Amino acid sequence: MIGTSWGGLNALSRVVAGLPATFALPIVVVQHRSPDAAGFLAELLQAHTGLCVVEVDDKRPIVAGYVYVAPANYHLLIERGFFSLSTDAPVRYSRPSIDVTFVSAADEYGRRTVGVVLTGANEDGSLGLKRIADRGGYAIVQDPATAEGAAMPRAALRAVPKAHVVPLDRIASQLISIAPPRPPAEYRVRAPLT
Amino acid sequence: MTVSATEPTATGRRREDHGVVPGSRPSTNESATAPLSYDPELERLEIELLLEGIYRHYGFDFRSYAYASIRRRLWRRIEAEGLKTVSSLQDRLLHEPAMMERVLLDLSINVTAMFRDPTFYLAFRQKVVPLLRTYPFIRIWHAGCSTGEEVYSMAILLEEEGLYERARIYATDINEVVVHRARAGIFPLERMQEYTENYIRAGGTRSFSEYYIAKYDGALFSPALQRNVVFSQHNLVTDRSFAEFNVILCRNVLIYFARDLQTRVHGLFHESLVHLGILCLGSKETLRLSTFESSYEELSSAEKIYRKVR
Repeated sequence: MIGTSWGGLNALSRVVAGLPATFALPIVVVQHRSPDAAGFLAELLQAHTGLCVVEVDDKRPIVAGYVYVAPANYHLLIERGFFSLSTDAPVRYSRPSIDVTFVSAADEYGRRTVGVVLTGANEDGSLGLKRIADRGGYAIVQDPATAEGAAMPRAALRAVPKAHVVPLDRIASQLISIAPPRPPAEYRVRAPLT
Repeated sequence: MTVSATEPTATGRRREDHGVVPGSRPSTNESATAPLSYDPELERLEIELLLEGIYRHYGFDFRSYAYASIRRRLWRRIEAEGLKTVSSLQDRLLHEPAMMERVLLDLSINVTAMFRDPTFYLAFRQKVVPLLRTYPFIRIWHAGCSTGEEVYSMAILLEEEGLYERARIYATDINEVVVHRARAGIFPLERMQEYTENYIRAGGTRSFSEYYIAKYDGALFSPALQRNVVFSQHNLVTDRSFAEFNVILCRNVLIYFARDLQTRVHGLFHESLVHLGILCLGSKETLRLSTFESSYEELSSAEKIYRKVR
C-alpha cells in the first residue's frame, strides 16, 4: 500500500523503478489528484517499471506482478482477494482517501500489510498507517527531508512514531528486503484482465 | 426561466492540492472503522447476522452487497449513535423502526452529482444520440437514480439534442426517500458552480442557469424537465424487469454489490434491453468480468457504454 499526494508522481516513479518485475507482492497506489484526472498516472508509472501498472476496475482480483492505481474520484477498498470501489463522500476532503484504503487493507490482511506514506501536502494516510501498524503490519514513512511535501510524512510519523523512516532512494530496496522471495499462493493466480 | 446568479467561469475553481474535491460535498472525518480491539472475523459474523436480521424482519436485502462498503457505512452509523458493537446496532434497529430508517438511508444512498463524469455525457452525445435519432420513441431506464441529479442531467442533454419530446425516462431507486427528493428537483445552490463546470465540459449548448431558479439555498430545476420522467421505487435486488428499454443507465450503483449480485442484475438489464439497446455503466465498472461480456459490443471503452448485440 503506497499513499502519496503532492510530489507523488516523481516519488512513485522512483519507487516502482527500483522494483523487479518479479516483485512478489501486489502494490496498491493511492495518489490524490484532480477528480477529473483521466488514467494518465498509470501510463506515466508504466514507463518506469517492468511490473504491470493498471487503474483499478471494480471487483478486480488482486495478484502479484501488478501495480494497482486507485482511480480518481473513487475510494478504493480492499476485500478478500479483490478490490471494491465506492463513491461515498470524500474523507478529509480526499477521494480517493489514503486512510480509507489503508484501513480496509489492514482490516482484511492484518500483519501481511505493508504501508508506505510518501510525500504530500496534507495529513491523509496517517490514520491508515497507524491502523496497519496496530494490526501488526509493516509501516514505512518517506524521510521528510527527502520529500517535496513534508507534511504528509511528518503527520504519519506523529501517528506512527515506530515507523521505519527511509529516504526516497532506498524505499524500493527496503520493500525488496521485506517481501517474500516468491508470491504467496493467494496472489499467484493469473489475472484474467490485462 | 429566471437567471438566478452570475454564472461562474470554468476557470474560477480554487484548488489547493491535487485530489481535493471541489464544491461543498459533505466530507467526513470520522474513522468509520471498528475499534482496534475488534476481531475482524467476529466483526464479519456480526455484520452477516445484522444483514440477515434486516432481511428477515424488514425485507430489505443487503446480504449480497460489497462487504467493505457496508462495513464502513455501518461503523459510521455505530459511531454516530454512540454505540460500541455491530450487535448493539442490530439490537436497536430490530426493535426501533426509526433506527432502521436511518440505517436504510446509510446503506442505500449513493453520492451523485449533476453531469458526474462530464466526459461520459460528452460521449453519450457523440456516440449514443445519433443512434437514438433513428427511433420514433425512446425508453430510458435510469436504475439507481439516487436523488435524481443524473436524471435531470440526462433530461437536459436530450432536450438540447431535440430528443426529449420522444423520450420517456423511468428513474428508479430502492429508497423511497431519495425518489421523493428526486421528484422535488431541488439541489443545493452551493453546488451549482461545480455543476455548471460539469455541464460545460459535458458539451452543454446553452447556459446552465437557464434550467433552475435559486430559492433560499436551493436550486429548483424547471418542472418542464420532469414532464417525461417517471420516478418510482424499484429494487434491483428483488424486483423484476418492468418494460423493454432502448437505454439503461446504471452508473456507480453496482460497485456496491458483490460479484454474484452484479451478475444477477446484469441478467435483469440484459433481458430488459431491446436488441441493440444501450447499457451505460460507471467509468470503473466493467462487463469484462461478467458472464454477459459477449452479449455486448463496446461503443466507448473509456466511458463504459455498451450495445447489446445478442
